[in-house]
Amino acid sequence: MKEEELNFEKEQFSLTMIPGKFARSMRTCVIWQFIRFVIINVKMIIVVGKSH
Amino acid sequence: MARLVVLGGGVAGHTTATFAAKWLGSQHEVVVVTPNSKWNWIPSNIWVGVGQMTKEEVTFDLAPVYAKAGITFHQAKAVSINPEGSDSSEKPFVTIEYTEEGKAGETEVVEYDYLVNATGPKLNFDATPGLGDGNGQMGDNTVSVCTADHAVHASHKLAEAIEKMKGGTRQKFLIGTGHGMCTCQGAAFEYIFNIENELRKSGVRDMADIKWISNESFLGDFGMGGLHMKVGGYVVSSKLFAESLYAERSIDWLIGAHTSKVENGKVEYELLDGSKGEEEFDFAMLIPPFAGVGLKAYDKAGEDITGTVFAPNGFMKVDADYTAKPYAEWKASDWPRTYQNPTYSNMFAAGIAFAPPHLISKPMKSPNGTPINPTPPRTGMPSGIIGKAVAHSVCDLMTKGENAHLHEASMAEMGAACVASAGKGVFTGTAAAMTVYPVVPDFEKYPGTGRDTDYTFGEIGLAGHWIKHILHFLFIYKAKLNPGWTLIPE
Repeated sequence: MKEEELNFEKEQFSLTMIPGKFARSMRTCVIWQFIRFVIINVKMIIVVGKSH
Repeated sequence: MARLVVLGGGVAGHTTATFAAKWLGSQHEVVVVTPNSKWNWIPSNIWVGVGQMTKEEVTFDLAPVYAKAGITFHQAKAVSINPEGSDSSEKPFVTIEYTEEGKAGETEVVEYDYLVNATGPKLNFDATPGLGDGNGQMGDNTVSVCTADHAVHASHKLAEAIEKMKGGTRQKFLIGTGHGMCTCQGAAFEYIFNIENELRKSGVRDMADIKWISNESFLGDFGMGGLHMKVGGYVVSSKLFAESLYAERSIDWLIGAHTSKVENGKVEYELLDGSKGEEEFDFAMLIPPFAGVGLKAYDKAGEDITGTVFAPNGFMKVDADYTAKPYAEWKASDWPRTYQNPTYSNMFAAGIAFAPPHLISKPMKSPNGTPINPTPPRTGMPSGIIGKAVAHSVCDLMTKGENAHLHEASMAEMGAACVASAGKGVFTGTAAAMTVYPVVPDFEKYPGTGRDTDYTFGEIGLAGHWIKHILHFLFIYKAKLNPGWTLIPE
């Protein structure tokens, strides 16, 4: 059984979504996360700017 | 020379006082009254609570910073306000009681021309039997991460639990809210994932049962009625987002719960459907409900006018629309813009100290009449922005006269950033980075979700960790008034 399928055995989790291996690996992929870091920061700066 | 007195030295009070001191210079006096000797970057208390940071890393002494800024500092708590003065004083004043060593218990009267109430909340542990000690402090049955000292205590208890698991004893963790009217679900949300990460790191995750208990009617409400955010190209409800996080980590949840009683190793609760139950635990971190700090107000004749100045929950009334109306009629325009007290124009409230006009989440009650719904969050970013706007208004009133334009900062027109970490490593662990814009949904401006989905987004990854680290160092740097501090936004 794949890791992401294990928790679906519990009834409470059966209607949720659980990330697979690729999605999990992208969360800690330094290159991809650096790109996301830049994008998130730009968005947050815009939100801060709109809030003042 | 006029005098501005700021009550409170947290995010809102510190922001107000430091900007006011900078803008007013030596022409006017700025006074801060706060019972704490240290400033605390509260978001990092989560890391203290799992032993990943020390108290010293998230706090610093206020006195030298205020001395540098030319701010008069009283380590004391405000007891009462006389906005009209008294028989013996023409000027309005606050009565303070010192908390610093050597002067503890001494009282003093501090006159003011302008007053900003930024006292933050009273941690109302005693609202739930067994959550408090009966004297307003946290009891022995649970832990908290609301203050740095609480977080240090929590980390010791966590270490004890981990040792027990390493010795072969299974442990049950219960994290969430300790009352049906709590706010600050985000802090508990972040703490539960840090606990889970810490147990995994210690190699004892398989010996732990972790459960979330909360007054939210659905996972991901966060006291904001939930939000719809951009995730991976979809616009999804925070319910899906949050449930996925819990399911991935095998964390059970119990929602719509009013924690009615806490005992050693057990909580009693009532659910939105009216049913009642019990949950056992070995380690519990339950956020207490918030209330105003209990300031009294008196008119010139000494009559009690607390009910005029403050809402029943103890928070100060400001320029909000407090008219009672059903949920369907709530509007973004109900929320305050200038934070000026409607009765006394030289008084303002900033941060958690202002009375919200109503909830943001949908109000709910159990069939037994017990209200079970989150109260509105006022996190660091809104508190800082409000504090700066209030400082701007007060400075203009002091320098340009009482007809000066007041600056505005409505929570229905400002966003908030939330980074919920799961661990502290630079290359390990992940964080949920979320922004919401605006904090209070505006269904007239954004029909559908009430918010701008271009700027309401969330994603999970290392990038959030890096942002949380940067925010930690950046905001402590700013709060210490180091060179260039004004360039760092709130």
